[in-house]
Amino acid sequence: MTGRLAAVAATIALLMFLAAPLAWTLVASLTPEEQLFDHPAALPRDPGFDHYRALFDERNFLVPVRNSLIVAGLTTALAVPIGALAAYAIARLRFRGKAALLAFVLAISMFPQISLVPPLYLLLRELGLIDTYPGLVLPYLTFAMPLTIWLMVAFFRQLPRELEEAAMMDGAGRLRVLLEIVLPIAWPGIAATAILVFLYSWNEFLFALSFTIGPERQTVPVAIALFRGRYQVPWGQVLAAAMVASVPVMLLVLLFQRRIVQGLTAGAVKQ
Amino acid sequence: MRATSHAREARAAWLFVLPAIGLIALVTLVPVLWTFWESLHLHDLRMPWLGRPFVGLDNYREALTDARLRGALVHSAGFTVSTVLIEVVLGLGLALAMDRAWRGRALLRAVVLLPWAIPTVVAALVWRFLFDARSGAIASLLGTTGIFADVAWLSHPWLAWVPIVMADVWRMTPFVALLLLAGLQQIDRTLYEAAQLDGAGSWQQFREITLPLLGPALAVTVLFRALDAFRVFDLVYVLTRGGPGTATEPASLYTFVALLQHLRFGYGSALASLVFALTFALSLAYIRLARASLIGEVR
Amino acid sequence: MASIALERIEKVFPGGHEALRHFSLEIPDGEFMVLVGPSGSGKSTALRIIAGLETPTAGRVLIGGVDVTAVPPQKRDLAMVFQSYALYPHKTVRENLAFGLRMRGAAAGTIEERVAEVSRALQVEALLDRRPAQLSGGQRQRVALGRAMVRSPRAFLFDEPLSNLDPALRGDTRAELSILHARLRATMVYVTHDQEEAMTLGTRIAVLDNGVLQQVAPPRELYERPANVFVARFVGSPPMNLLRGTGQIPAGISGLDPSTAVLGIRPHDLAIAATDEADVMVMVEVVETLGHQLHLRCRTESPDPAPIVVATAADRAVAAGDRLPLRMRRDRVHRFDPATGRRLESASGGNPG
Repeated sequence: MTGRLAAVAATIALLMFLAAPLAWTLVASLTPEEQLFDHPAALPRDPGFDHYRALFDERNFLVPVRNSLIVAGLTTALAVPIGALAAYAIARLRFRGKAALLAFVLAISMFPQISLVPPLYLLLRELGLIDTYPGLVLPYLTFAMPLTIWLMVAFFRQLPRELEEAAMMDGAGRLRVLLEIVLPIAWPGIAATAILVFLYSWNEFLFALSFTIGPERQTVPVAIALFRGRYQVPWGQVLAAAMVASVPVMLLVLLFQRRIVQGLTAGAVKQ
Repeated sequence: MRATSHAREARAAWLFVLPAIGLIALVTLVPVLWTFWESLHLHDLRMPWLGRPFVGLDNYREALTDARLRGALVHSAGFTVSTVLIEVVLGLGLALAMDRAWRGRALLRAVVLLPWAIPTVVAALVWRFLFDARSGAIASLLGTTGIFADVAWLSHPWLAWVPIVMADVWRMTPFVALLLLAGLQQIDRTLYEAAQLDGAGSWQQFREITLPLLGPALAVTVLFRALDAFRVFDLVYVLTRGGPGTATEPASLYTFVALLQHLRFGYGSALASLVFALTFALSLAYIRLARASLIGEVR
Repeated sequence: MASIALERIEKVFPGGHEALRHFSLEIPDGEFMVLVGPSGSGKSTALRIIAGLETPTAGRVLIGGVDVTAVPPQKRDLAMVFQSYALYPHKTVRENLAFGLRMRGAAAGTIEERVAEVSRALQVEALLDRRPAQLSGGQRQRVALGRAMVRSPRAFLFDEPLSNLDPALRGDTRAELSILHARLRATMVYVTHDQEEAMTLGTRIAVLDNGVLQQVAPPRELYERPANVFVARFVGSPPMNLLRGTGQIPAGISGLDPSTAVLGIRPHDLAIAATDEADVMVMVEVVETLGHQLHLRCRTESPDPAPIVVATAADRAVAAGDRLPLRMRRDRVHRFDPATGRRLESASGGNPG
């Protein structure tokens, strides 16, 4: 019984460790700057949205938010349809070399981003795409495409093959089967994939840091990381920006928690 | 005549696959080869008048004697080993807790996902704030113990690793737990019932059933995390910028500096190729593991 | 409606598994052909090759006399009922039924008419606006059947369509399928692993084992003149008893040389006789009471004791441990070659049946 109690206590401690920093950040982002350093763990005396107001009014934080939305949105819109099509072929159609193909996709997803930076930088510079949206979307496909294929292959493989065979017997061609039978049934998987691709794109930092120059095209993570005050770190605004960067993904996670977990684990651990 | 049905299917398959594979090859495979090619040249963007002469393995020779690179590799490796170890132990505990059916499990799963889902940059900032010498909650908490009073955590040559590792553990433990939880849930429940009837206690059940059957999932998780940890960049960039000096600089950050701050593209590409080669060895092991379970199924 | 023919089909799956070997089968127009065999015998593969869902490694598929080996399934105009029913979960029953007609470009009026007709015949009219998830197992089965019937295809293919039904419903549905066949006079190919289902449904039955066709015959012939030991044991319940060699086969069965033959006798063709008329004495080990009859699991008291099963009327009082004298019905003794397992047609021994 004491063992069980200890286990519960340990779990709760672990949960505190996971939840407390975010809670503390939220509180701090609502605390006036001069009180931030009074007494670290105390609740603010008069909480307010001053930092958020300053963030958008003075710092133009809407620009990076807009950039991030556009880049992550475009990446998702491009990677998911193209990747899903390939994933369907790998999961369902018979052709030589598809195991090799899947291994290739997996290998690609393991490439360290940093080793892609030099050529992509030179390429984008050559094409005049440094500091543009396509200049970010293109590099983002390096992780978005393998991720999509990997997840969608796992999803497609879970669908009962007989449905597609039944449709073929009913006279539907390959494309017809894909559009009218597979897609309507696979949409939860597609949605989960899209969410994950969006999430990864929204959070990406190294490429965004490498391939943008000024604040005009910086994404949210880069903007936050390069936040400067005149003399010292403006913590209130930084933490407010951190909350702004986190709220969309937190919402996605809370709403689609089950599907995201399915997606994450479908590829990685299935035995 | 007969072959046509198969051939037709194969043709359709390649038609479906080609856009994706073409795109992937274009944005990853070609660049990686290009990186290697670039690494055989002297290419300094600060000195365009030097051109881009072929220098063979000169960049690699320089890398061999580069003490900063050696330090960076040690930092990456040390970070990888320590974070993966802590995350797997804590993650396994968390997974076992989540595997039990109890109220609020769904909520727990969502809460647990949050640190993973937010941008790494944000996670790093949160921990920088917590360890900030002036305002940090943890810094002051640790300060009250007396031992760590007035420690400037983030500018201390080796204590700076504490916030870095803690931030990563905070961010990735839930992810590890979820992967392991998926592995746990594939274990046939009746095995535990059979073991109970055979007289096994909970520790024995864990030793004799859970651990051996979780083995493959555990191995995949460890390698997966190791690959990711070895590439660490965002976290360190935001928390310490590799400082003080280069005390916490990992390999990918040094590569980034060589490339985009020193603008030495030839040398930076050599570093990038080295990082790639090291990761690639690890990923081969991972693919071998994953192959049996995942790719094998496709056939 | 059309005839179907498989000509010297070979099917080797990637990985080397030989699913079908030298497989040839003629299915005339209007026949109810049942493919039966244990799991892994290749019966489903044969059906899927007819459907076009698998391509044979060698050999030809003919439908209505035309080579369709290279024709994809959607152009073969066959209908198939799957084991899992494979109803489209995102479509209503009505849409499920209409799908095949719609794919073939039927006019809206025709579709409506046909769907109404079929749903009336199968008594699923009230379910037309439901989705498959809202149906019971039996209802799903009927809709799956309806989806096949709605288009009057050239042939119907069934892949173990009853195996997901509970036993009570299975019998009824089986009868309905027979009636349906009689009414439509359609070519039907039916796969099952259940020999009883095969016997009750088929006008002819093809027995497969290990990718090889063992025998094709009407049910009665299959039962009375099994072509080999495998068919003899597979068809009929409980399975036929086999006795081998002089140590097991009683002397005095006319026309049978015990040293060169395997003797087969069905449990129903063994009678408890007077001791002096007995072919063999057995010891009863287990008595299984089925209600209308008893199955006695016995062991012979021959020099080389063999297990033997006897089916007898239930009114007999028998208990485990009893010794019984058994006599074989002479005209029901089957003989097989011990080396090849093939049936031996002997001069004496009488005509079966």
